[in-house]
Amino acid sequence: MLKLQDLAKNKELFSSGHRACAGCGEALAVRQILLAAQPRPVVTAMATGCLEIFSSIYPHSAWQVPMIHTAFETAASTAAGVEAAYRFYRKMGRIEDDIRIIAFAGDGGTYDIGLQALSGALERRHRFLYVCTNNEAYMNTGIQRSSATPLGADTTTSPAGRVLLGKVQHRKNIMEIVIAHDVAYAGQTTVFFWRDLASKVQKALDAPGPSFLNVLVPCPLGWRHQPSETLKLSKLAADTCYWPLYEFENGRYKINYEPQKKLPIEEFLKPQGRFRHLFGIEEGAKVISELQRFVDEQWDLLHRKQALFGASENKDKD
Amino acid sequence: MIVAKTGNEALAYAMKQINPDVVAAYPITPSTEIVQIFSNYVSDGEVDTEFVAVESEHSAMTACIGAAACGCRVMTATASQGLALMHEMLFIAAGLRLPIVMAVASRSLSSPLNIHGDHSDSVASRDSGWMQFFCETVQEGYDTLIQAVKIAERAYLPALVAIDGFILSHCQERIEIFDDRDVREFLGKPKPNYNLLDWRNPILVGPATLQDYYFEFKRSEIEGMNRALPIIEEVQEEFKKRFGRGYPVLEEYRCDDAEAVVLVMGSACGTCRVAVDHLRAKGKRVGMVKLRVFRPLVHPLLKKSLAKFKAVGVLDRVDAVNSYGGPLFTEVSSVLYDLPERPKLFSYVYGLGGREFAPEDATFVFEQVLSGKKDELVTYIGVR
Repeated sequence: MLKLQDLAKNKELFSSGHRACAGCGEALAVRQILLAAQPRPVVTAMATGCLEIFSSIYPHSAWQVPMIHTAFETAASTAAGVEAAYRFYRKMGRIEDDIRIIAFAGDGGTYDIGLQALSGALERRHRFLYVCTNNEAYMNTGIQRSSATPLGADTTTSPAGRVLLGKVQHRKNIMEIVIAHDVAYAGQTTVFFWRDLASKVQKALDAPGPSFLNVLVPCPLGWRHQPSETLKLSKLAADTCYWPLYEFENGRYKINYEPQKKLPIEEFLKPQGRFRHLFGIEEGAKVISELQRFVDEQWDLLHRKQALFGASENKDKD
Repeated sequence: MIVAKTGNEALAYAMKQINPDVVAAYPITPSTEIVQIFSNYVSDGEVDTEFVAVESEHSAMTACIGAAACGCRVMTATASQGLALMHEMLFIAAGLRLPIVMAVASRSLSSPLNIHGDHSDSVASRDSGWMQFFCETVQEGYDTLIQAVKIAERAYLPALVAIDGFILSHCQERIEIFDDRDVREFLGKPKPNYNLLDWRNPILVGPATLQDYYFEFKRSEIEGMNRALPIIEEVQEEFKKRFGRGYPVLEEYRCDDAEAVVLVMGSACGTCRVAVDHLRAKGKRVGMVKLRVFRPLVHPLLKKSLAKFKAVGVLDRVDAVNSYGGPLFTEVSSVLYDLPERPKLFSYVYGLGGREFAPEDATFVFEQVLSGKKDELVTYIGVR
């Protein structure tokens, strides 16, 4: 099993001194991913967004690995070009190293504007890991709703008002969209579970084709929680089953984390300012109960997928 | 070797001889055949190219950028809506100083939908930082695509080579092609500025810049374009030396004692040549100035050439929809502005959406320019 001591010995490839907000889940995720990727040499690409802004403001850079940024919707297509170049050099015998390519994009750059490029790159089976650092809104531009934003969340383009209580739709199921592309590996996780994240990174990087990670990264600015509560919220997301930790590998689903006691969704919502308007009013209670229903249904569905398409050997091992 | 090839076939053949490291492309009329034919070369193992058949032109240009950032020699082809969809990424390719070369079968833009040739797409990309070449013939398209690779790699700027959609892209012409070996020798190996895949020496490509640096980056890109003209001329000389054929950046056709000339780009140059010959036979003192390089805007050459004439008609195969005149017309107007004595300038827009531009139309333009009188600000040739 992966040990913290081992990860701690690895080189910090995402250096300190970047400009992320205190308590930024995304910065944690990138740091953990680059720690876990070692010793494989990696080349990375990223979408426009928070990550790019806080890590790459010229003349500074937090990246100790090669990084390319082109545009907002282009993490996957840029990585596809890099991978094509890599394949060319390998074919011509001009590169011997077994380089891995990682693309980073937020939920806006993945679920919305970058979805087409992602779909194209997955279909063409470029060998790369696509990481969605998902904080459930366009945080870099000032907290606008994306299709990853959950029902009821107050954002600047789904504001809680007199008639509408935040976003009126549920989030999109990006994992199923990705899995429908028959990817080599897809996993969902969040930053509190460092071992889960690290092992998923390693599996994803060693997968024979395109792979995908959907990483929930709490955002103190957009979620309006205390910076010190980022990891707590990350854990609560899993303990309420709002954010199931699971993976899809070789056609099989596997739930990686079964909370000892499944907490009610309120436990996850309450510490966050973006859901504050839902509490203490009748209409808000309805939204919360709809969210609970959604979470229960998705959790149940995931169990049924695991039962139907799960690996029996996995059960034995556990 | 002399062969019969359409514009698309010729450009695809040039691409095969160039043997680029990576090609990423998406089909669009009338340029589709270029990558379609090229993908046969890939399938038959006639090139070493890594070919990526992407899901959109936006991703085509993006993948080209990704691969070029790794130091690869990269090409693509597109037209019209496809070039418009790439628009955002064109600036990024130029800003990163990546010598990507793109063949364009120039075509109109929607709406209304029209698949035929005009210069709307290429000219709309004029401020993106790409060098732009407009070709008169299939032969020139073939020659220019090969030259463009060397020019782009020497100038560290991307280059667009346009042939007129359908008029050249689908028109068969007798052309002379070179030996593969000669083309590859002429081009040599690319000497990239940087290689992203060199993971032992990590670099950050495409950082964010604030008020304190963005301007300097842009200024240095602008300087790259400022220095492009001598590089273009240098490569043309090398090309001429090697292959015995060349094209001036700006060509004067029967202009020696001309009173009235037209300035024109692309396949219509051929039409104008016919009209010039016809009018010269009748003793009219007319000539044609062919502009082959639209970006960089070759203002010293334009100024030197056009200052000699009494009247100049500027032919645009695109309108700027600015209620004043075609894009080339307004640019030429500003180039000539500080001359002590300026020729009269007339704006003509012709051939939108593939509308026929016949020698008679060119003759009409010449006669009007010769007369020095024109009622309308912009004349739209052949519009019902």
